[in-house]
Amino acid sequence: MTKDNGTISKQKFMQELRRYQKGSVTRRHFLGVTGLGMATTVLGTAMPGLLPRPAFAAGDIGDRVILATWPNYHDEMNFEAFTEATGAHVQVNVFGSNEEMLAKLQAGGSGWDVFVPTNYTITTYVGEDLIIPLDTSKLPNYDAGSFEQRFSDAGSVDGTLYAVPKNWGTTGFAVNTSKLDGAPTPTTWKEFWDLTMAGYSGRTMVHDYQLTTIGNALKYFGYSFNSVEEKELADAEKLLLDAKPHLFAISSDYQPPMRNGDAWMTMCWTGDGKQLNVDMPEIAFVLGAEGGELWSDYYAIPKGAPHMDAAYALIDFLLNPEVNAKEVLAHGYPSADARTNALLPKELLEDPILYPAAELLNALEFGAAATLTDPNRAELLARFKSA
Amino acid sequence: MTQRGRNALLLTPAGLWLLVMLVLPLLVVFVFSFGERGAAGGYVPAFTLEQYANLPARWTAFKNTLILAPLGTIAALLIAYPLAYFLAVRCAPRWRTSMLILVIVPFWTSILIRSYAWIFILGGRGLPALLETIGINDVRFINTPFAVLVGIVYGYLPLMVFPIFVSLDKLDKRLLEASADLGSTPWRTFRQVTLPLSTPGVATGCMLVFILLMGEFLIPAILGGGKVFFVGNALVDLFLQSRNWAYGSAVAMTLVIIMLITVSIYMKFISRLGGHRDDVSLM
Repeated sequence: MTKDNGTISKQKFMQELRRYQKGSVTRRHFLGVTGLGMATTVLGTAMPGLLPRPAFAAGDIGDRVILATWPNYHDEMNFEAFTEATGAHVQVNVFGSNEEMLAKLQAGGSGWDVFVPTNYTITTYVGEDLIIPLDTSKLPNYDAGSFEQRFSDAGSVDGTLYAVPKNWGTTGFAVNTSKLDGAPTPTTWKEFWDLTMAGYSGRTMVHDYQLTTIGNALKYFGYSFNSVEEKELADAEKLLLDAKPHLFAISSDYQPPMRNGDAWMTMCWTGDGKQLNVDMPEIAFVLGAEGGELWSDYYAIPKGAPHMDAAYALIDFLLNPEVNAKEVLAHGYPSADARTNALLPKELLEDPILYPAAELLNALEFGAAATLTDPNRAELLARFKSA
Repeated sequence: MTQRGRNALLLTPAGLWLLVMLVLPLLVVFVFSFGERGAAGGYVPAFTLEQYANLPARWTAFKNTLILAPLGTIAALLIAYPLAYFLAVRCAPRWRTSMLILVIVPFWTSILIRSYAWIFILGGRGLPALLETIGINDVRFINTPFAVLVGIVYGYLPLMVFPIFVSLDKLDKRLLEASADLGSTPWRTFRQVTLPLSTPGVATGCMLVFILLMGEFLIPAILGGGKVFFVGNALVDLFLQSRNWAYGSAVAMTLVIIMLITVSIYMKFISRLGGHRDDVSLM
C-alpha cells in the first residue's frame, strides 16, 4: 500500500474518510494514507471497552451514545471532542427519510439514544408515545429565547417540550450547470422534471422520501407541497411514473454520484447543496420558484433510550453555541440559534444558498403532519419505487 | 432410553428452532396478511382480502425477481461449472487447496462492502470510462438490471462452485478412462459420464442460489439504485418506509407460495432426471 505504514491520528483518519466519502480523493489515496491506522481505529471505535477509561468531570455517562441522523449532517471533529470530554463514543446511524425513522421506532428496540426528527413528524411521535418530554435542567445550553420561533415551535406539543432545534433548511435541487450546453440554469420544479425527461435523461436523482419526492412532483402542477388530495396525488404519480425511466437513481444519498459525474441533477437539501457548491462551483443549488419545502430538524430522545444520561449530554454538547458553530461550518445548514449565528463569519450568514432571498423563502411550505401518516402518500411512493 | 426416545431427544433442538424461528413467524405473517394498516402505520386486526387484491401493484417487483433470479442462477451455473471442473479434474492437486481458498476468500468480506466496490467498477468512472478510451461512448451499467445481474452472480458464485466441485471431485476418474478406452470422444465422455454424475452438485448449487436470489434485497438495493426492485426490496419498503404491515405480509405470503411451487416443480424435475439411477442421492 504505502511506504509509511505508521499509525495515523483519529482526527486525520476521519478527515481522510470524509474526503474519501465526498469523492474528493480516490480510494487508492484513502487506503494509502490511512494504511494500518484504519484497522486499529475502526477496531477501537467498534469496541469502546478496549479503550482506556479516564475519569470525567461530568461523571460517568457510559461508554457510548447512539445517534440516528441524516447523511452529511455533523462535524465528526465535534464527536471526537465529545468523546474526549465525556468518554462516550458517538455511534452514528444514517437515515434517508423520516418514515424510515418512524418505522424503526414503531417496530421497537431501535436502540437509539438521540435522533433527529423533522418538524412535521413530532406530533405523531408524541401521539404514538414514542418520544419523551425533555428535562431542560439537563440541557443547560438550551436557551429557548435565542431560537427563531418558526424553527423551534414544532419542538413543543401542547406546551410540553419534546425536541430542541438542530438546524433548518430548504429542499431545492442541485444541478451540474456544465452539462447544460449553455442553456440557462433551470429555476422551477417544472423545468426540473422536464429536463429530467429530456436532456438530463438518465442523470437525475430524486429522494427516497415521500415528502420531498411527491411534494416536488405536486409542485410541477402548482399544487401544495403537502397535498393529500386524491386527484392531485394521481397527477403527481403519473409524472413520477413517466419520469422513472429517466432517473439515474432513487436515493437520498446523492452526493457521491453528483461528485463523480454519474448524476447531473438531484433533489437536494441546503447543506448538501452548499457542500457540493463549495467543492464544485459548477453545481448550483436552486429553489424551485413554485415553492417546495422549508424544514426544521430537532434533537429528540426516544422512549426507552438505553443511554439516557449520554443522550442528554450529547444534545447539550451540540447545543453549545461554539460547538454548534463548528457544526454549521462543516455541514452548511443554517442554525436558528442567535447565539450560534453571532459566532459565524459574515459571508456565511449572507450566503444565498443558506439564506435564500425572501421571495423564494416565502413560497416554501413546512411539511404537514398529515403527509407522514397519510396511507395514500406512503403507498404512492412505495408503488413508484417498485414500478 | 429407547431408540424412539433418543430420536426424539436428538430432534428436539432442531424442531424447537424451526418452530420458533420459522413456523411461528410464518403464522404471524399469515394472520397479518388479512389485516389492515394502522392509522399511523403498522397493523390492526381485521379480516379482509383487500391486501391480496392489491397485489398487482407490486407486479414489476415480482416480474423482476422471477426473471433475474432464474437468470442469475443460470449465469452462475455457466460460470461455476467450468471452474469447478477445472478445480476437481484438471487442476494439479498441489494447487487445488490454494485455488479453493481463493474461491472462499471473498466470503471473508461482507457482501455489503463487496457490492459497494461494484458501484465504483460499474459507475461512470469505472468500466464505462475504460470503454470510452477505446471509443465506445455513453455506456451505462450502474442502476440497471445488468448491474444487478453482475452483482448477484458475483455474490453467489461460490455457493454454486462448491457443490459442483464436491460432486466432480468424488467422481471416479477411472470411469473417464473406461469411456475413452471404449472409443468415446472427450465431448461424448463429458456428456454421458461426467455431466450425469455431477447432476447432484448442479441440482444442489442451483437450488441454493435460486432460493437465496428469490429473497434477495441487498444487491438490487445497492446496484439497482432503487430502480431494479426485487420483491425483497418491495417488502423492506412496505415494512420500513410506508409501514403497511398487512400489505407487506400479503406480499411476503405470496412470495413464499411462489417459492414453494417453483421449488417443488424443480425437485420433481430433478428427481426424474436422476430417477433411473439408485447410486446417487439428490440434495
